[in-house]
Amino acid sequence: MTKNKFRPSFFAIPWGVISVIFVVFPLILVFVYAFIGEDGNFTFENFAAVFGEISNLTLLLKTIGISLLTTVICLLIAYPTALILSSAPFNRYVVLALLFIIPMWMNFVLRVIAMRSLLYIFGINNGFFATMIGMVYDFLPFMLLPIYTVLTNMDKSYKEASFDLGANGFVTFFKVTLPLSFGGIMSGITMVFMPVFSAYAITGMLGDAKTNVLGGRINAFFSNSSTWGVGSALSFVLLIIVFLTMILSELLSRRAPKQKQTTKGGTTK
Amino acid sequence: MNKNKVALIFKWAFLIVILALIYMPIILIIVYSFSSSRNIGGQEGFGEFTFSLFGRLFENEGLMQATANTLIIGLVSALLATIIGTLTSVGLYYMRKGKKTFNFVSQITVVNAEIVTAVGFFLLSIFLRDVLQLPVQKGLGWLIIAHTVITTPYVILTVSPRLNQLNPNLYEAGLDLGAGPMRSLVTVVIPQLIGGMVSGFALAFTLSLDDFVVTNLNKGTYGVNTISTFVYANLKRELAPEIRALSTILFVVVLVILIIFNILKRNKEKKAAKQSAANGSVK
Repeated sequence: MTKNKFRPSFFAIPWGVISVIFVVFPLILVFVYAFIGEDGNFTFENFAAVFGEISNLTLLLKTIGISLLTTVICLLIAYPTALILSSAPFNRYVVLALLFIIPMWMNFVLRVIAMRSLLYIFGINNGFFATMIGMVYDFLPFMLLPIYTVLTNMDKSYKEASFDLGANGFVTFFKVTLPLSFGGIMSGITMVFMPVFSAYAITGMLGDAKTNVLGGRINAFFSNSSTWGVGSALSFVLLIIVFLTMILSELLSRRAPKQKQTTKGGTTK
Repeated sequence: MNKNKVALIFKWAFLIVILALIYMPIILIIVYSFSSSRNIGGQEGFGEFTFSLFGRLFENEGLMQATANTLIIGLVSALLATIIGTLTSVGLYYMRKGKKTFNFVSQITVVNAEIVTAVGFFLLSIFLRDVLQLPVQKGLGWLIIAHTVITTPYVILTVSPRLNQLNPNLYEAGLDLGAGPMRSLVTVVIPQLIGGMVSGFALAFTLSLDDFVVTNLNKGTYGVNTISTFVYANLKRELAPEIRALSTILFVVVLVILIIFNILKRNKEKKAAKQSAANGSVK
């Protein structure tokens, strides 16, 4: 009878255990360290240090600014690109779409350094402008891929119906194509917006003394000094921002129209 | 010229401009990997055409060690992530209770800011070492664990959709025919997931190769560098010209692998299309 006790869902147990030890528990540690002072007792000092330092707050605002700007620019470049790539006659050339994604597979530090050399030749020195170019260069494929996937998998009959009902290309785009690709846009945004917070390697390579992102400061708290408490408090603040953006994107996604699922195979019990 | 033709030319132009912007830096590095010049865009100009950078690359011990570390961490962690991720996908597929919670927990690192994940691993290593007195040390082994944990969710995301296309009764048919759970999994379910597992492995491997934030905070003080962290640290001094040769090699390798992968995929799709066409006519 022991055989019957085994359920196939048990295969998920190892990862469940690993997740608790290596993902959930560390987050609890961040929380705990954020509230422990140097003497090992409970304290709010770390948070006082985070919010008392005005440069932390300006850096936070600056990071949100850089992140928003990167996301918007990536979207403005990626959406038309994906739209063209998924339309006839371009959708016949699979290689063409692949060309846009290939750089994603190359090490990003090497790519950003290559960009730095190119900018140097054009006389653009390290600074905010160079940083923005580097950010867009690094994150563009991550915005492009989900949008492209959604647009190529979109059921063409919706568009045809729209044309049949007398809408022109302009109306069809805004009333049909754009709303239906909302899911792709949202996952593109989540693949760019939050990661920029941690992209201090790019500001380190292309920025100057004034350009930094929050991730860089958090990293410095741990690698350059042992002010782990303050670093944890700042990480905790970032964690809350992550949580807020998650809720926001969840709320936005709920309002989005969904295509009818036609690919679901098999029977559900 | 009619309106459609103008639009088509405009579209091609748009794509080509974007492609040019994407590839200009890469082509610049490739061209300069055959140059004797110390810097790109310096006063020396291009200098002489030479292969010497490729020779010097193999003599640069730090860079070679970093490349070896990157490959070891990438291959081992991607392999582990593929095994764990596939098992988990199968488990999740048959899970009835708590599926939503499980999914949420297992995807935390995907939505979380990477620096927070990095800090988490950092604090965990301190906790294991100082509080539990375990022989845990930041370094190669720790990085393999960290990369496995970060990349497994992506394997799950890749393999799970393939499972949904399978017939759920196959696993139980295996059990009914006398195979144990493990045997039924290995001989019935896994073979049908090979495609997804290969994609998952490739994704996990490239994510590991590309990682900087977690690696930089968890490599330890004894200098276990990957390509990313080595090059980044190198940047503070003068950038070693050999890095150009390494970039060229990496780009060519990536290109070749992708081309092979796509040719194989296309052949398989053609075969599948033929097969389904044949099946369709039978029905």
